[in-house]
Amino acid sequence: MPILKKGVGCPYCGSSCDDLEVLVSDDETKVLEVHNACIIGTNLFHHANDPTRPKLPRKRQPDGTMKEIPYEEAIDYMAKTMLAAKKPLVYGFGSTNCEGMSAVARIAEKAGAVLDNCATICHGPSFLAIFDNGYPSCTLGEAKNRADVVVFWGCNPMHAHPRHTSRYSIFPRGYFTQKGAMQRTVLSIDPRETDTAKLADIHLMLDQGHDYELFDAFRTVLRGFDIPEVVAGIKKETIKKSVEIMKNARFCMIFFGMGCTHTDGRNHNIDHAISLTRDLNEHTKCSIMAMRGHYNIAGPGQVWAWQFGFPYCIDLSKGTHAHMNPGETSSVDLAMRDEVDCFVNVGADAGAHFPIQPVQHLKKHPFITIDPNFNMASEISDLHIPVRIAGVDEPGVVYRMDNVPIQFKAVLKGLPGVPSDEELFNLVYERMCELTQTKPIWLAAKEDRRYPESEAVN
Amino acid sequence: MTSGEIIVKGGFIIDPTRKIDGDVGDVAIKDGKIVDKVSSSAKVIDAKGKVVMAGGVDVHSHVAGPKVNAGRLMRPEDKLRAGACMSAMAQKNGYRMESGFSIPSVFKTGYDYARMGYSFVMEAAMPPLLAPHTHEEIHDTPIIDEAALPVFGNNWFVMEYLKKGEVENTAAYIAWLLKVTKGYGIKVVNPGGTAAWAWGLNCLSLNDQVPYFEITPGEIIKGLMEANEFLGLPHSIHVHQNNLGNPGNYPDTLESLKIAEGVKAKNKFGRETVLHSTHLQFHSYGGEGWKDFCSKSKEVMDYVNKQKNLTFDLGCVTLDETTTMTADGPFEHHLHGLNHLKWTNVDVELETAAGIVPYIYDKDVLPNAIQWATGLELALFAKDMDRAFITTDHPNAGPFTRYPRVIKWLMSKKAREAVLATMKNSDKVINATYIHGIDRELTLYEIAQMTRSGPAQCLGLAKTYGSLAPGNNGDVSVFDLNYKNMPSDPEKIETALLRAAYFIKDGEVVVKDGEVASHGHKKTVWVKVKMPENAQVTRDVSQAFHKGTYTVDISNYPVREYLAPHQSIIDINVEA
Amino acid sequence: MAKIQLNMITQRSIEEGAAMEQGKTNPNYFIACSICEMNPEDMKRAGIMKNTNIRITSECGTVIVKAIEPTQYCPPGLAHIRQGVWANQVVPPRTQSTGTPQYSGFPVTIEPAPEEKLKTALNLVQGAVGLWKGGNS
Repeated sequence: MPILKKGVGCPYCGSSCDDLEVLVSDDETKVLEVHNACIIGTNLFHHANDPTRPKLPRKRQPDGTMKEIPYEEAIDYMAKTMLAAKKPLVYGFGSTNCEGMSAVARIAEKAGAVLDNCATICHGPSFLAIFDNGYPSCTLGEAKNRADVVVFWGCNPMHAHPRHTSRYSIFPRGYFTQKGAMQRTVLSIDPRETDTAKLADIHLMLDQGHDYELFDAFRTVLRGFDIPEVVAGIKKETIKKSVEIMKNARFCMIFFGMGCTHTDGRNHNIDHAISLTRDLNEHTKCSIMAMRGHYNIAGPGQVWAWQFGFPYCIDLSKGTHAHMNPGETSSVDLAMRDEVDCFVNVGADAGAHFPIQPVQHLKKHPFITIDPNFNMASEISDLHIPVRIAGVDEPGVVYRMDNVPIQFKAVLKGLPGVPSDEELFNLVYERMCELTQTKPIWLAAKEDRRYPESEAVN
Repeated sequence: MTSGEIIVKGGFIIDPTRKIDGDVGDVAIKDGKIVDKVSSSAKVIDAKGKVVMAGGVDVHSHVAGPKVNAGRLMRPEDKLRAGACMSAMAQKNGYRMESGFSIPSVFKTGYDYARMGYSFVMEAAMPPLLAPHTHEEIHDTPIIDEAALPVFGNNWFVMEYLKKGEVENTAAYIAWLLKVTKGYGIKVVNPGGTAAWAWGLNCLSLNDQVPYFEITPGEIIKGLMEANEFLGLPHSIHVHQNNLGNPGNYPDTLESLKIAEGVKAKNKFGRETVLHSTHLQFHSYGGEGWKDFCSKSKEVMDYVNKQKNLTFDLGCVTLDETTTMTADGPFEHHLHGLNHLKWTNVDVELETAAGIVPYIYDKDVLPNAIQWATGLELALFAKDMDRAFITTDHPNAGPFTRYPRVIKWLMSKKAREAVLATMKNSDKVINATYIHGIDRELTLYEIAQMTRSGPAQCLGLAKTYGSLAPGNNGDVSVFDLNYKNMPSDPEKIETALLRAAYFIKDGEVVVKDGEVASHGHKKTVWVKVKMPENAQVTRDVSQAFHKGTYTVDISNYPVREYLAPHQSIIDINVEA
Repeated sequence: MAKIQLNMITQRSIEEGAAMEQGKTNPNYFIACSICEMNPEDMKRAGIMKNTNIRITSECGTVIVKAIEPTQYCPPGLAHIRQGVWANQVVPPRTQSTGTPQYSGFPVTIEPAPEEKLKTALNLVQGAVGLWKGGNS
């Protein structure tokens, strides 16, 4: 009899929907049906069934082909390579669980690595703005239950977070918003008429890359001063009308995304957005939220903040203390300046999502990928180590875009012999300790090291 | 826990639970517990010429959880200032990297508390929806045992039930929530006011109505107090009153405290108090504005000294650059309006909120200097040192690594006067406070009451922590202070208490000569209440999830077992 | 052959996400991401017929993609390649010292290239690092 698993979390985007229901085979090895997920989540679960999913690590041979090797050999290679490197870079973590992120921190500290995550190419500018300006925010339930004015600035949830508008931001009937979309006014600021903009009551189709001026104009109008006839391609009346709507909201919620972080000005755009939110709090209740891209990309920011004090771009190579300086210790910049001599890509695809030049720079050195599936990075790696898929065949804690921790379940039994990220990193750590003749440091959480030993290592 | 035997020999024992004040003696530990005696093969720790106390108990500190981490995340500069506090020695010995001054990383938190000889720390506020986060940080914090207090004072279920006077339903809900979040007791922060803050409003007095819920802060405190005694929890309700931090707030404080008058404690843990008033320093102000801002510590203590069923902790300002963080969301917004430093806010659906703002307590800024004096005065006016506890509301009034400094000030008038002398407005400070006229100097015995026996008692943990009586946990701190020949230089008191000569936890030496020697075996302590099934509450809670008021699935709300790997559970059975 | 200058952005799309989760070597990913959306007026200016291949050149690279009419309206002057392997052939790695490359808002030259063939994802990525062995995948 197939088994229906309920309350399943979806490991794709920052909406981290945990209302999925997944029908699996009675031996819990195949996904049969996925309910409630968007097309992307559905595809993700079904892809776990792919019979070509790698079950063993593969090492690149001198003739350029990949050859399967046992886990023990892969773990040994990874430990030796990272220890030998002067400054290895460990990057990724969009798609793994917090337990894995915690385990990799131990390895990074031991090897004196730079520890970075996808935020470095995504919401890093948002962190930079938060460092300067704070972050007046809330959980998604607050937005759902209270917001009557919702602003999407430089983000397109209909494409990047497909169920966001139905679960949280435009359509749902919340506790104080029982009329759903009927009692919400939606503003969209985007240089294209995106599918999200089509849902908005007002779409401000600004000149691309001029968000900073438009934020500035909004704040100027809010403070009662005059602005030019046109700012960033938007007419003064439209700006004034939008500000009036936000000012007279009962609860104004601002969501922002890559339109602000990937464009000219980077963190200054977000800084202005946060200041606008704060200014609005003089008139009404207003909160802002970064639309984090992956289901657990908030995870490394949280885990590494409580372990090292910083959310990303963490240089541990000094050995005595952690050092963060985005621009200096960020992955792409380190790659372009040839300042790292080993690259470990975990739960992300730098091969596809970095611009190609940094990838070329990184390929001058040992390049290791740790990922359940084949992807661009794995296909150019010197070593590809498959692990279980967090959220599908590995449970764990996940931080949603609003930093709410959600305890994801596993719906399938893992592929035989394939470890989780956490197990793999703990094994690499132990190997590093053997090689350096030091004692492993385990904290309370890992004292008993309760996971199957024989299954993980061939 | 080790089954080895240890004998801490020849030290000056200070143990208020057995009224021992500096007698030279031995403390024997076996199988992780204090015992009467051990065999001759026990490991000997020479404590001759040193003070020996139980492990410290911190009743209120923000060390693990979402707002603590939001503080770490938004303040990279806090790491730069930690240079002087990091221990290269620990790193060399193979311990984890340390970072952060006012909001230390979890590793530094565990190490620094252990270096000061503390065995138990209460995480002061845990938002239930985010409880897995709190527990992740707790299990990553080495050495020290921890518990966490979930917040109830702005919880929708609590407000709805108390509005209707349904104390038993409130109690059933609390019992359920303690179980699913692995929580310890009832924390009440700015009752009603933080719920109002979800709409940008606040409740500054006990009689303000919470928007929509139409209940008052006074009713919330009263109802939660009744529920607490109905359940017989080990700790009393733990209250952060309304109107924190504002000039002239002391009448509101007294009005909140009066709610406890005549209420008797009901529990099987030896707890005799019914309300713990936290960081009382922030709630003891007079004046009508900042110009005539002054200390009202004497007036507050005149009342607290008379009421035998109250406990409080100081919340002393340490005159540092630090980070304020509290579930009093509206207060943080207000503070940001005062100092214009960056402000972070997180409203949590159905439950609470949090705000974080950096703050520089400057000795030359008159209100900060008055705050500094106020915190110390509360202790110096206190008559029963078993009901007054040393804290800095870490990190709000200062980092916990300043506890030895606070102790130095309490024990030495000379040290207090030295600080006063450096203040730009010292004559104005003297006029607005009582401190200059107080000669009292606390003794180490009184300090032990305020940091060991007193807090353990009020938490209902008197049988495990805070005491060197046989049966208690084998947690022993040894300090390089000669009780018969105490240093005349008060600085030496601070240095001795900051780095213990030895700290033994659960019978294992975890600190030696002020340095970490082991990661020990920490425990997560929580309270499991068994109550007959309450169908109404079960239904109400399910509804909140199924209707989608909560945006997570009910099956993902309770904290999973593996997130608290070593649990020390206190069981309570409540009959129907 | 006309060349035009446009402002390029690269963003997520549901087609890209859905295809990516089937694997980046899956034909759906190729179809979803090897395209460039631009306003029909700009296509006309450059003499580009819709659904034919074009060459896009930025300050740091060049790529052949298929020009299509926008699935989400692009105003004249703005072009969009869905984030992924083809887009990242031309995204400038300059980060303005923030760590984040210039994924959106960089100048490109676009010209018709109807005779040029599209390269596969593996061809582009492995090719860039000297690991491409040829073949169809």
